[in-house]
Amino acid sequence: MKNSTKEPHGDVAPGDDLDPGDIPHAIGGYLVGLALATLLTCVSFYIAQSTLVWQPSIPIALSVLALAQMGVHLVFFLHITSGADSVNNVMALAFGLLIVALLVFGSLWIMTHLNHNVMPMERMMQMQR
Amino acid sequence: MSALAEGYPGAVAGGGHAQQLTEEPEHGPSKRIVVAYGFWIFLISDIILFSALFASYAVLTDATAGGPSGRDLFELPTVAIETACLLLSTVFCGIAGIGAQARRSGMYYGAMAATFVLGAIFVAIELHEFATLINAGAGPSRSGFLSAFFALIGCHGLHVSAGLLWLLTMMAQVYAKGFRADIQRRLLCFALFWHTLDIIWVALFSLVYLVGVAPR
Repeated sequence: MKNSTKEPHGDVAPGDDLDPGDIPHAIGGYLVGLALATLLTCVSFYIAQSTLVWQPSIPIALSVLALAQMGVHLVFFLHITSGADSVNNVMALAFGLLIVALLVFGSLWIMTHLNHNVMPMERMMQMQR
Repeated sequence: MSALAEGYPGAVAGGGHAQQLTEEPEHGPSKRIVVAYGFWIFLISDIILFSALFASYAVLTDATAGGPSGRDLFELPTVAIETACLLLSTVFCGIAGIGAQARRSGMYYGAMAATFVLGAIFVAIELHEFATLINAGAGPSRSGFLSAFFALIGCHGLHVSAGLLWLLTMMAQVYAKGFRADIQRRLLCFALFWHTLDIIWVALFSLVYLVGVAPR
C-alpha cells in the first residue's frame, strides 16, 4: 500500500498490505534479524563454556548478550521502533520492564539479605546442643 | 513502520473518510492499531508472569537440598538445538506473515507448516528432557531449585504448546475464510505471541541454562 511507494526502503510490518515485488525486501529484514540473533546466541554459548571472559563476570556478560538479543528480536521481528507510530507500545513496554525489574531485582535483593541475616538451620541446631 | 501501529490495510487508505464504519472508525486509530495494542498489553502481562517465575528461580538456584544442581543436569547441545528450532520457527512465522500480506497462499501455508514443525520439535525435545530428569530422580519434588526450574521452563513449554494449537487454527481459518481483514488481525496477534515466546526463551537459555553451567 502507501508505505511501499512512499518509503521503498522502509521497514515492512506485519499487517500492511504488500506488493509481491516487496517480498524479498520484507524477508530480508527477518534474515538480518536471524543473522544477528544467531551471532549473539553463538557468542553466548561460547563464552559460557570458555575461559575467554573472567569467570565471575560470565553471568553479567550473558545477561548483556541476552538483553542485546531481545533488542534484536524487538526491532527485527516485533518491529517495535522508536517511530512516532509506536509510542504507546513503547510506553507500555517500558512500564512492563519497570515491573519486571522491580520483581526480579527486588526478590533477589530481599532474599540475599535474608540469607545473610538469618542464621542457617544447621548452625542454630548446633548452638542448641 | 511499526507493526503495532501502522494503518490497517483492508480499509480505505488515509483512514479519515472510511466507507466501512465497522472496520475503520471516522475518528481515532484504526481497529488494527487498537487490536494490536490490546494484545501487546496482554503480552506484557505475560512477560511479567514469567518474570515472577524467573525471580523465584533466581532465588532458589542454590536451594538444591543436597540434590543435583544445574551444572549436573543441563546438557548444552540439547539447549542449542532447542534454541535453533525456536529461532528458525520465529523467522518462518514472520515469513508466513509476509505471505499473508502478499496473499500468497503457498508461501503462507508452507511457512506456517515449517513454524509448526520446528515448534513441535522444540516441545518434543523439552518433554524428553523433562522425562529424562524425572527418571533420573531429579523431578520437581526433589528440591526447591528443581521445583522452580520445572515451573519456569514448563510454563514456557505450555505457552509454546498453546501457540502450536493456535497456529493450526490460524491455518484452518485462512483455509476456510481466506485472507480476510479480521483473519489478518488474528494472524498479527499470533505472530506477536510467537515472537514474544522466543524473546522469553532468550532469557531462559541465557540465564537458566548457560549461567547454570558456567564455571564459577
